[in-house]
Amino acid sequence: MEKIIYMDHAATTPVRKEVLDEMMPYFSEYYGNPSSIYYLSNFSKIAIDKARERVAKTINAEKNEIYFTGGGTEADNWAIKGIASKLRDKGNHIITSKIEHHAILHTCEYLEKNGFEVTYLNVDEYGMISLDELERSIKDNTILISIMFANNEIGTIEPIKEIGSIARKHNVIFHTDAVQAVGSLPIDVKDMNIDLLSMSAHKLYGPKGVGALYVRKGIKIDSLIHGGAQEKNKRAGTENVPGIVGLGKAIELAYSELEENTAKLVELRDYMIKNIQNRIPEVRLNGHPTKRLPGNVNICFRYIEGESLLLSLDMYKIEASSGSACTSGSLDPSHVLLAIGLPHEIAHGSLRLSLGIKNTKEEVDFVIDKLVTIVDRLRQMSPLYEKNQEGK
Amino acid sequence: MYSEKVMDHFMNPRNVGEIENADGVGEVGNPKCGDIMKMYLKIENGIITDVKFKTFGCGSAIASSSMATELIKGKSIQEAMQITNKAVAEALDGLPPVKMHCSVLAEQAIRKALLDYSKKTGVKIEGLDENEFHEDDLHEIEVED
Ligand SMILES: Cc1ncc(COP(=O)(O)O)c(C=O)c1O
Ligand code: FES
Repeated sequence: MEKIIYMDHAATTPVRKEVLDEMMPYFSEYYGNPSSIYYLSNFSKIAIDKARERVAKTINAEKNEIYFTGGGTEADNWAIKGIASKLRDKGNHIITSKIEHHAILHTCEYLEKNGFEVTYLNVDEYGMISLDELERSIKDNTILISIMFANNEIGTIEPIKEIGSIARKHNVIFHTDAVQAVGSLPIDVKDMNIDLLSMSAHKLYGPKGVGALYVRKGIKIDSLIHGGAQEKNKRAGTENVPGIVGLGKAIELAYSELEENTAKLVELRDYMIKNIQNRIPEVRLNGHPTKRLPGNVNICFRYIEGESLLLSLDMYKIEASSGSACTSGSLDPSHVLLAIGLPHEIAHGSLRLSLGIKNTKEEVDFVIDKLVTIVDRLRQMSPLYEKNQEGK
Repeated sequence: MYSEKVMDHFMNPRNVGEIENADGVGEVGNPKCGDIMKMYLKIENGIITDVKFKTFGCGSAIASSSMATELIKGKSIQEAMQITNKAVAEALDGLPPVKMHCSVLAEQAIRKALLDYSKKTGVKIEGLDENEFHEDDLHEIEVED
């Protein structure tokens, strides 16, 4: 493969070598079904147990509060549908936000079709929910609050601990989609009053198709996947043993290196944002200047469209993503960019560069150089740019 | 995702720019995805002698504009009127189904520039109807694919 510059770590990350090495034996050496009782299966059972312990430890949970799933989407579906179904007799109101991942939004829309009522909280220009609005939205029939830990597009980190206190005060269950946060931010489910938390291995240098849901002891939740007795009867299906091992190793690695990686990424991120702003006129940083994921850069370039930007970057094998309508398939720009109040034509020119631990300053410089040229070329082609320059 | 031809016309678009004192200018937009295409024509004795475009849109919109300008340059008005979005897409070796509407923009831009020419000069163009550019109808444009 040609050398690529990968800056789409919010979409997925490569599996780290240490992680892969630890996973490998569980494909064809220790392949026993963890539910079997013979010698061979002990290896897989012990491996799952170790992974569970590693996951629990990093978020300050107990081992028996961690349930492995087939990824972040499943964990989100399970949390929302499982609580809704369990507490149906108690109430039918759910509070979430307008900037959640589709795994949450579409699940909530599905529940709305089935008799539930959902409040979608607004966010401010930085993508931050309002604690006041949250508290005002809680009603007698509210059974669940689900607010993401950090946003996948604009990187904004929500005030999770404060949300947890409000939920606790009103005795409402609090779920957070922490798929973007786990591996990048310190998380303490006890201190933050989190009742349920979703995570996904492939965002933290682990394998795809495996994740976990943390369910606080004492929280009652219905199953989503029915079948065998795996995961204490809560999540059926033969365990993805190598995947689970990978999640355990990846999360342990991520948190053992958290401080140094965060420092490095924040420096690179801020350097990139500053230099794009200095070298390219009429750009806008989306998301919060400081309360943002360490590797997230999200910028709108006026007068141009995101897909043509991505295609141009791809000519240099620079991989990134955009919230433009033209990349969505649905012809609507990203719901997150609309929720922070961007007009369509500005949301159109959005670019997300999500940095990872292997990215270097040289790569960042290279990408900025190319961006300067590409943005200029596309603007020269844009009828909006021409109009605007005439107006000056 | 895109054919080599699309990428070629996207990276090296033909006829980008404006024509001063153009004989016909047409600007169309897709109100849904927000894209805008502007086409400039120079017409002498019923022949399109020069054409330029500016586009705010995706790679396929830029490539479609570029291809459309190539298809009509040097052609008669009546020949240009025959250019459909399908012809533009075919000349580009095809577009993904979700991107067919981008080629519609190119067809519409040509027609609108011709309409502008017709209005300015009083030259009547067969098959061109002012009402086809009703803003509200633009996103209802039938996509042939
Ligand atoms: C915030 C958020 N939630 C959920 C998901 C879905 O996770 P997965 O890809 O593991 O299903 C993602 C990843 O795309 C995400 O960024
Ligand atoms: S112009 Fe928007 S999708 Fe092509």
